[in-house]
Amino acid sequence: MSKPISSARADFPILNTQINGNPLIYLDSGATSQKPQCVIDAICDYYTHTNSNVHRGNYTLSVRATEAHELARKSVQNYINAAHDHELIFTRGTTEAINLVAFSFGEALIQPGDEIIVSQLEHHSNFVPWQLLCQRKGAIFKLLPSDEQGELQLDVFQELLSSKTRLVAVTHVSNSLGTVNPMDKIIPMAHAAGAAVLVDAAQSVQHIEHDVQAMDCDFYAFSGHKMYGPTGIGVLYGKESWLEKMPPFQSGGDMIDYVSVEKTTFNKLPFKFEAGTPNIVGAIGLAAAIDYLDNFNQEDLKAYEDELLTYSREKLSAIKGLTIYGNAKRRSSILSFNVEGIHQYDLGVLLDTYGIAVRTGQHCTQPIMDRLGIDGTARASLALYNNKKDIDTLVEGILRAKKILRK
Amino acid sequence: MTSIKEAQKQIIEDFKLLPAWSEKYEYLIELGQEITPMSPDLKTDDNLVKGCQSKVWFHTRCDDGILTLEADSDSLIVKGIASMLVKVLSGHSPQEVLDANLTFIDTIGMSQHLSSQRSNGLMAMLEHIRKFASECTD
Repeated sequence: MSKPISSARADFPILNTQINGNPLIYLDSGATSQKPQCVIDAICDYYTHTNSNVHRGNYTLSVRATEAHELARKSVQNYINAAHDHELIFTRGTTEAINLVAFSFGEALIQPGDEIIVSQLEHHSNFVPWQLLCQRKGAIFKLLPSDEQGELQLDVFQELLSSKTRLVAVTHVSNSLGTVNPMDKIIPMAHAAGAAVLVDAAQSVQHIEHDVQAMDCDFYAFSGHKMYGPTGIGVLYGKESWLEKMPPFQSGGDMIDYVSVEKTTFNKLPFKFEAGTPNIVGAIGLAAAIDYLDNFNQEDLKAYEDELLTYSREKLSAIKGLTIYGNAKRRSSILSFNVEGIHQYDLGVLLDTYGIAVRTGQHCTQPIMDRLGIDGTARASLALYNNKKDIDTLVEGILRAKKILRK
Repeated sequence: MTSIKEAQKQIIEDFKLLPAWSEKYEYLIELGQEITPMSPDLKTDDNLVKGCQSKVWFHTRCDDGILTLEADSDSLIVKGIASMLVKVLSGHSPQEVLDANLTFIDTIGMSQHLSSQRSNGLMAMLEHIRKFASECTD
């Protein structure tokens, strides 16, 4: 029997906090999600009972720590339905996962004149690493444009693809507009041209479908801290066939097989890509977050969050002078908006005085902000612990702020 | 001319009367409305202070050993912050501006909201003013 989603809120102790004399209304889960008690307990429990280094000790504690760390990899494997656990590499987060591919895939497989296609909806962390790779290798950076609604233009994509396209980097869910990109179209189109696809799943893995084999993506990157886990841990999934072809990203301990003055050989997957002592407690916290998510029926979760987003859009669009950005056919968990005549920074600051946390600015997505001709938005991003009352409070807050800011 | 110390004292006294955050911000917005509007041709790239979430311009002039500041922003709150700096620092010698011990930011009880937040650019504005002041003393 799965856990009702309405019971989730009580699992997050931070949501009882008072901010500036008001109950916290947390609407910035796109930046980082809050953590349920079970994740906090798992971290505390690890340091209290298990802490030791992994993959090297012969003593009981180290064996336990290693087992917990590798069990966490299995949890991630099951959650995203990867074919093998050695296709999962622990990283610091999505950014490091993408940089790993940009470096290692780039070193081995990108030649001068090759082409990389990156979408206009990307977070800078899935944009700049590809620009830098193109500069390093003399490859060509091509932009897959978005239309005014925040929808990627697949007809243009088809024209951009060529026999020189080596990789397509695209986000599953846009962190600034909430667009859910049609991976079921983008990935087969890229594969037909012989290109690999990297999916930035930072805003999707916790909300919508996350089966990497069904999606057939080549790389899939996400962060623990946006999916109810701790900061400092993330995951790169890569198909074994690609990972085997790629050289190590960083070097050091744990990633080697044999070291001599003449030559060093490398450890097998996934350890080849995990130099140094890993973020052991991070992996364990992430596994606890996955266990937590597994308590819920995934379809219920999706339906709950979709309904809440629809409710939010209805309520916010009823506010006079408020514009919502991003009107793609399918959207998830993110709502970007501006109020006429009000700078989003001022709105964010005043909402904070009422205890409401939203993000304001460009959300690290300058290319799409430029496309829309705006210098930023206020963004409310939802998670499973939010409810309609949070949205009502947000609406009241916007109306109050409007009175002050439009005198 | 009110000294830098007196100008700070005045701001501190005013904020003492406003216990709630929302009142402090409302007052800050009012302060921003009080300063002379900046002419659009002074809103140049050179006058733009980098490092803020909103646009903020500082026009600085140095005549006969006196530093004059003008400021504007597309954010009302940031304009209010900028106007406090204008009230406190404009009309003094560059050396006085460089030597000023700006205690009011901490004392008005908004330091956690103002000085630690990179996004409002308070520190960037101060740096901009100090850089100009030190060029002025040369």
